[in-house]
Amino acid sequence: MSSSKINKVQISTKINGQEYDLLIPPYMSLLDTLREIVGLTGTKEGCLDGNCGACTVNVDGRIVDSCLVLGPEVNGKDVNTVEGMATPEGLHPLQKAFLEEAALQCGICTPGFLVSAKGLLDNEPSPSEDRIRHWLAGNLCRCTGYDKIIKAVQKASK
Amino acid sequence: MVATFEPKKDYKVVGTRPIRHDGYDKVTGKAIYGADIKLPGLIWGSVARSPHAHAKIISIDTTEAKKMDGVLAVITHEDMPKAENKMVDLGEGSVNFKWASEKLMANNKVIYKGQPVAAIAAIDRHVAEEAARKIFVEYEVLDSVTNVVDAMKENAPIILEDLIGDDLGEKIHNTNMSEHIRHDFGDVEKSMEDSDHIFEGEFNMEMVHQGYIEPHNATAAWNEDDQIKIWTSTQGAFPARTQIAGILQVNVSQVKVTPLEIGGGFGGKIPVYFEPIAAILSKKSGRPVKMVMERTAIFETTGPTPGGKIKIKLGVNNDMKINSAISEIWFEAGANPGGMIGPAAMCIYAPYNIPNMRIDAWDILVNKPKIAAYRAPGSPQVAFAMESLVDELCQELSWDSLEFRIKNASKSGTRRGDGVRFSKIGLEEVLSAAKASDHWNSPLGTPSPGIKRGRGIASGYWFNIGLKSAANLAVNSDGSVILTEGSTDIGGSRASMAMHVAEVLGIDAHDVKPNIVDTDSIGFTDVTGGSRTTYATGYACWEAANNLVIELKKRVSILWDVTPEEISFIDGVFSYNNEEKIISFKDLSSKLGDLGGPATSTGSVDLSSAGDGFGMHIVDLDIDVETGKTDVVRYTAIQDVGTAIHPSYVEGQLQGGAVQGIGWALNEEYYMLDNGSMANSSFLDYRMPTSLDLPKIDTILVEVPNPLHPYGVRGVGEVPICPPIPAIANAIKNAIGVRLYDTPMNAGRIIKNISIK
Repeated sequence: MSSSKINKVQISTKINGQEYDLLIPPYMSLLDTLREIVGLTGTKEGCLDGNCGACTVNVDGRIVDSCLVLGPEVNGKDVNTVEGMATPEGLHPLQKAFLEEAALQCGICTPGFLVSAKGLLDNEPSPSEDRIRHWLAGNLCRCTGYDKIIKAVQKASK
Repeated sequence: MVATFEPKKDYKVVGTRPIRHDGYDKVTGKAIYGADIKLPGLIWGSVARSPHAHAKIISIDTTEAKKMDGVLAVITHEDMPKAENKMVDLGEGSVNFKWASEKLMANNKVIYKGQPVAAIAAIDRHVAEEAARKIFVEYEVLDSVTNVVDAMKENAPIILEDLIGDDLGEKIHNTNMSEHIRHDFGDVEKSMEDSDHIFEGEFNMEMVHQGYIEPHNATAAWNEDDQIKIWTSTQGAFPARTQIAGILQVNVSQVKVTPLEIGGGFGGKIPVYFEPIAAILSKKSGRPVKMVMERTAIFETTGPTPGGKIKIKLGVNNDMKINSAISEIWFEAGANPGGMIGPAAMCIYAPYNIPNMRIDAWDILVNKPKIAAYRAPGSPQVAFAMESLVDELCQELSWDSLEFRIKNASKSGTRRGDGVRFSKIGLEEVLSAAKASDHWNSPLGTPSPGIKRGRGIASGYWFNIGLKSAANLAVNSDGSVILTEGSTDIGGSRASMAMHVAEVLGIDAHDVKPNIVDTDSIGFTDVTGGSRTTYATGYACWEAANNLVIELKKRVSILWDVTPEEISFIDGVFSYNNEEKIISFKDLSSKLGDLGGPATSTGSVDLSSAGDGFGMHIVDLDIDVETGKTDVVRYTAIQDVGTAIHPSYVEGQLQGGAVQGIGWALNEEYYMLDNGSMANSSFLDYRMPTSLDLPKIDTILVEVPNPLHPYGVRGVGEVPICPPIPAIANAIKNAIGVRLYDTPMNAGRIIKNISIK
């Protein structure tokens, strides 16, 4: 993908439980690293300035906007994306709830919402509606008005 | 002859809530959206854009860009085919290919900030963007105009020199006004004079953006045989093909548009932006080229909906009836003719039966991006003006504003502002449902100290459209059915299309496999827009399913050696002679190999009319009188949806439309500097509503079936963006006694008006 004349950096990272050794340009974002180098296009580009949350991924237990993180920064770290949520046993409860509650319309923001919401429920299994609304305020959805997204996250909560 | 249908109630599939067919791919990250496509040899494109809103281009120097390592093609206007000067209708809005081409790649002058002046294809996105910075353009900067008042002034800078304005049929040269239309009915002057009370208001609104999260994108491959393949996120693959072929000056059959999953559009993904540029870059480089737009450019160069000025004068009598209405609408077109004044004029008085009325509307060019459709284009603006003035007069005369709306409500046969008479509509049912709602009958409650709470209501209207759609069916041997159609699924429409087919065939919605295919694989289908998809493409699916039943009866007639006319088909079972012989759809499907081979069918419609939709919203709003901060504390959207095929996605349309309207009312605007640049062209500064800004949005689905659709569908997606702006304005008036005549009604504007008061 990148110009051959640029000195690349080597990183070792774990993505959705799989070890990767990658050679990437030093300026490449984690978002482009995932989408263009690893081929995981479930993480979406929305604004490239950290304001929409469509590119949200989890790095070492923290949710981040992957457009604002450089690929080399995840060297030695554990990255989890929407592609890592379902298991051979089936969908993650959040994914299932999003389907049942019709919590997506166009679906472009959905991976970001799912990764964000998982970041919340991993640490707080029974959040209040206000807590969910606060936690998800970094993810923009323009289709749903958030109502059904909030209901889906509540449904997946314990 | 338009077919009409009697409403039914005993549906098996319609009205249920199956999981959408594309859902699993969309919650697991597998769905392929426009920017996700990968092709062998793929390279990236980028554009160099004008920093000025209005300037002559003296020269363009591409030398440095061309010299860069990794740059494979550079194009300017010289590489654009010369398109002809003619208008083509695209379902929602129309396009002139000459202007559309120059909008995408400036010729000798730029007319809005961010207009492309050159494009580059390079081995990767980074190199392409670097090369775009090495395009050097010499400009002679011209004065720009950014609002309708300045643009109409004598000696205003002229934006499009070859524009011929149409002033009520008279041709005007050297103007920024592209069109002036009028609708006139009754004796409007005399009836106004005779009215017991006259109320007037002037309302001003700023441009806003659709705000879809997915950036515009396009991937193009121009083959050696001059066949052009396009992969993109579009609301209509066929209208996109029309535009691309028109701009590239090739036959439509040379262009194959494959619509990938689309991340929102709301009308803004009907026009093409990058597709023709990517195609020319592909031709020049010999490689497939992908382009993805950056967010600043999305705000600065795509899709806004017009701001402008609206004046209304209403004459009412002591019997609580509107006697006369006069309005004037000035809409921004952007840098090319806009075309949203027609719908605005159709919508402005729609919820009211008014015996004497006049509407004048002007479409006016300004040095801003050319407007695109945005969810009921033109209607939210006029609803803000009309519904605010209705609220104001009711308060002045101490009339209940809901009773006033009921008393003046349009019904079947009422004349709309532009002369059309309504067929079966459900406005009265909506108003009754609002009156009976829990929200309307609940007390406002007591807000915290320092907070004032108000309640506002407003009606909204959209006419919904029909147009052309095609659908094909083929039976699988396991009893499932392949559905092929051409309507981009922007919010769950695969499910409702499959449900139309399943209801006819008496099978499960998941036994219908919906596929949205490219322009070489299905008949012409208009845009996913105008609230037409479930109505028109659903109708085509219903027709295809009925045609399939006809075909299958022929096959059963072979099996049983009877005539097809002797076979009946009810709830998925074919039978003969009072169930002497029966066979289910599924059993029959496995025998088709011996009964004449594959069973297929098609449906094709061109629907001239759809079903008018009305809604009413109720909002409770808190205002901090120290800071002007607002907080929506309760919200209910009530709407006549005809028949809800998949109620979850119908509710979702009402909720999403309401929230876009709330954002428009309270915060969103193009904040323009005098030089024609937008000061807030990021999501941070444009500030759309987040989950934290909102309560749950309650919905009440009123179902008055549309007799023009076999299941009674009306369009639902656009009506809900119309009531929120005036409902919030009316809640602000109710809370603090101040009437706001301008949007957005943000904290600054509220505080300013509190202090004036």
